[in-house]
Amino acid sequence: MVLHEFISFEVLRVIWWALVGVLLIGFALTDGFDMGTGALLPFVARTDTERRVVINTVGPVWEGNQVWFILGGGAIFAAWPPLYAVSFSGFYLAMFAVLAALILRPVGFKYRSKRESQSWRNGWDWALFIGGAVPALLFGVAVGNVLLGVPFHLTDDLMPMYDGSFYGKFLGLLRPFALLAGVVSLSMLLMHGAAWLTLKTEGWVQIRARSIGTVAGVVAAAGYALAGLWLAVGVDGFAIAGEIVTDGPSNPLHSEVTHGGTWLAAYAARPWIAVAPLMGFAGIAMAVRGLREGHEVSTLLWSKLGITGIIASVGLTMFPFILPSTVDPDSSLTVWDASSSHLTLFVMLVATAIFMPLILAYTAWVYRVLWGKVTEDDVTGAGHSY
Amino acid sequence: MELDVVELSRLQFAMTAMYHFLFVPLTLGLSILVAIMETVYVMTNRPIWRQMTKFWGTLFGINFVLGVATGITMEFQFGMNWSYYSHYVGDIFGAPLAVEGLMAFFLEATFVGLFFFGWDKLSKVGHMIVAWLVAIGSNFSALWILIANGWMQNPVGAEFNPDTMRMEMTSFFEVVFNGVAQAKFVHTVSAGYVTAAVFVLGVSAWYLLKGRHVELARRSIAVAASFGLASALSVVVLGDESGYNASHTQKMKLAAIEGMWETHEAPAPFTAIGFPDQEARETHYAVQIPWAMGLIGTRSLTEEIPGIAELVDQSEDKVRSGIIAYDALMTLREARDATPPEVRARFEAHSDDLGYAMLLKRYVEDPREASEEQIVQAANDTIPGVAPLFWAFRIMVGLGFAFIAVMLYFFITANFRGMRFPRWSLRMAVIMIPAPWIAAELGWFVAEFGRQPWTVDGVLPTALSASHLSVGDLLVTLAGFMIFYTALFVIEMGLMLKFIRRGPVEDVEETERWTERHEHRLRTHDGKGPFAQQPAE
Repeated sequence: MVLHEFISFEVLRVIWWALVGVLLIGFALTDGFDMGTGALLPFVARTDTERRVVINTVGPVWEGNQVWFILGGGAIFAAWPPLYAVSFSGFYLAMFAVLAALILRPVGFKYRSKRESQSWRNGWDWALFIGGAVPALLFGVAVGNVLLGVPFHLTDDLMPMYDGSFYGKFLGLLRPFALLAGVVSLSMLLMHGAAWLTLKTEGWVQIRARSIGTVAGVVAAAGYALAGLWLAVGVDGFAIAGEIVTDGPSNPLHSEVTHGGTWLAAYAARPWIAVAPLMGFAGIAMAVRGLREGHEVSTLLWSKLGITGIIASVGLTMFPFILPSTVDPDSSLTVWDASSSHLTLFVMLVATAIFMPLILAYTAWVYRVLWGKVTEDDVTGAGHSY
Repeated sequence: MELDVVELSRLQFAMTAMYHFLFVPLTLGLSILVAIMETVYVMTNRPIWRQMTKFWGTLFGINFVLGVATGITMEFQFGMNWSYYSHYVGDIFGAPLAVEGLMAFFLEATFVGLFFFGWDKLSKVGHMIVAWLVAIGSNFSALWILIANGWMQNPVGAEFNPDTMRMEMTSFFEVVFNGVAQAKFVHTVSAGYVTAAVFVLGVSAWYLLKGRHVELARRSIAVAASFGLASALSVVVLGDESGYNASHTQKMKLAAIEGMWETHEAPAPFTAIGFPDQEARETHYAVQIPWAMGLIGTRSLTEEIPGIAELVDQSEDKVRSGIIAYDALMTLREARDATPPEVRARFEAHSDDLGYAMLLKRYVEDPREASEEQIVQAANDTIPGVAPLFWAFRIMVGLGFAFIAVMLYFFITANFRGMRFPRWSLRMAVIMIPAPWIAAELGWFVAEFGRQPWTVDGVLPTALSASHLSVGDLLVTLAGFMIFYTALFVIEMGLMLKFIRRGPVEDVEETERWTERHEHRLRTHDGKGPFAQQPAE
């Protein structure tokens, strides 16, 4: 097959870097409000009926939303196998915690209201809280660690090895900067969940969601600003030393990398990327205003814009790095040396070009069918709900 | 057995995969059965079919959610526990997983919510289409997963790239149209259909035994028996196709399943029963059917099927050839573009056997320094555990034929004997419920255990594939999964039983309205009302 040569290896790599970004943003925008809603559940809803209302706002859509995450994982496996191999095994125990939380969540949605018992339901409500809050926090912590660099190196056979003890692998992740990143992502998704509930609910649930969401939005913006400041003064960046080969074989050991300087140098080299953090701040500011004033559709859209800006800013700041190594900078994974082969990237792009528009179309259709508020009458009536 | 990281990782993978596959087969089959029932409802407008759709749909939902939830573990476990595997074959193996998400999983997951929440929001036909989309999504999902797994069994369309130290795809077409994968796909989804058919049959039989929900149970049996009969036949036929494939692609697995230690002159006999002895390399008390193995495996009377001893000899040659490839690779890796052409040519001549040299890494850091004994040892390592495979396979096949018999019986009784099921047959149907799960798990055991010592047959040994983790890491997650999964299983079974005991919820209003409208047409010639109940026998 020579068809794939029509798009150069270099361009395909950049496209796939961007596409994985799109998938992760898609995940944060859709499943993000599910996680936010789950984390808000015990606080915005007091009575059983209120809780069922909250659960039923995401009941019909969480399954599809979660696929953004699954697909994000699959796309990283297919397009960036070294990243998949190094990060998932390196964050082993954290990944296990995320897995457990993500397994708990669907089961919670589905099983909670299948028995009348109050203790059964309370138990699942807390399971839903954990299933929302823990991944929301840990994803941020993971991103913070990626910015700081991770202690791994590759052997000559390209086997990933990690430096650190058993406890180090989990507690070692909880470095101050990474925790700050975790707070940003948790508060950002709480705000997003609140924006969703503002759109989908009414009455007390909506009022509580709006007030919690306002606080969460302010925390997210402040945390994000603080993290930017921290990056400027307290976190070393990475840079490729010497000639940059953009279409060479995917072997991270072929390039030389230096650890030092600042990530923010990217903004001097490519000033246009400042659009991303500006979008982040503007989106959150407008979402907070919307939450206070009670706008519905526009608040959710602003919240989406803010989240998109924040996630995009991380990727753009680090480009071309995707997973830097602190103990052996030469092992760092970059866009130019950690991708799949030219053919695989091309085949995957064709598949994405065919199916992604379909996915967006039918997802939009499903949301249209389900449009409208979930009311207490909906969940107490004989209708179909959790 | 020493519990090192590799063994613990295997245990964890086996446990989580087999657990995942408790839910998948029922999802595959029940999604289609529910869609069929809803289609009948749309075509006939009879409320009973809507009631059936909803009832089986509820059970489908309880099962589906755990299939989805435990599938997340599967998707991430390759990276978590098998990082060298992920690096080494991710270029090929990752693609079908990602396409699965794009093409199948998004479809089923997006529409399954609408299936449960859309009854009042969609037209009748619209809702039926949603049910079919869920079923199609689930089944396409299986297709891509089995393309990925089929590649591990028969790694086509890929070659080793010395620059990146991994396998890279050379033809997506070959990976997708891998004969092994295609046969496995139909075999596996058919097994899922049988599972759902046996489940529906068993639950309905229980209702008939109790004299409850007779209308629903009889119609369910009629659907399940026809669907189940076709599927049970398909499982066996495609299982045979897999065996035929294995005689060309996975000779060692086939020989181990058959307990065939020595090559027999064609056509080889099939050992129906016997006691394989790995130490002595013979099968004691073997009861053999002449010619059968040769006919099944090669579909000829003249082609020979190699026995284990001959295959081990071949493995030894491959290990030696692999060492030459490994030696050339080391030069290639250092010199890169400056590699002398003869070294490159030597590598290319032997690179197919590179994986066999890697079998030596269990014993020696550098395969080039391996001793004669180590080479012989590595060749012997290519024999999987024969006795477990031998027995697992036979139980699976026995159950496969039992399903055909049961389905045939219920099919005939339902269609030609006026649904007069004797009580013993109903009891048997209830007892049968766990059987398809046993068969399915054994099938996966044969496929995966039979591939040992490889994760990718002939390419990457299992011992090299695992992540660089500690035993402590593994013990934490293994214990975590065990506790967590057991709790979920108990909860799931509790809910399933609760909803089976409760039975279908009748939509009284709709039923009455419909009956009024159709009463004149429904009266039977003896003047009885349309829903006069008949006893189960």
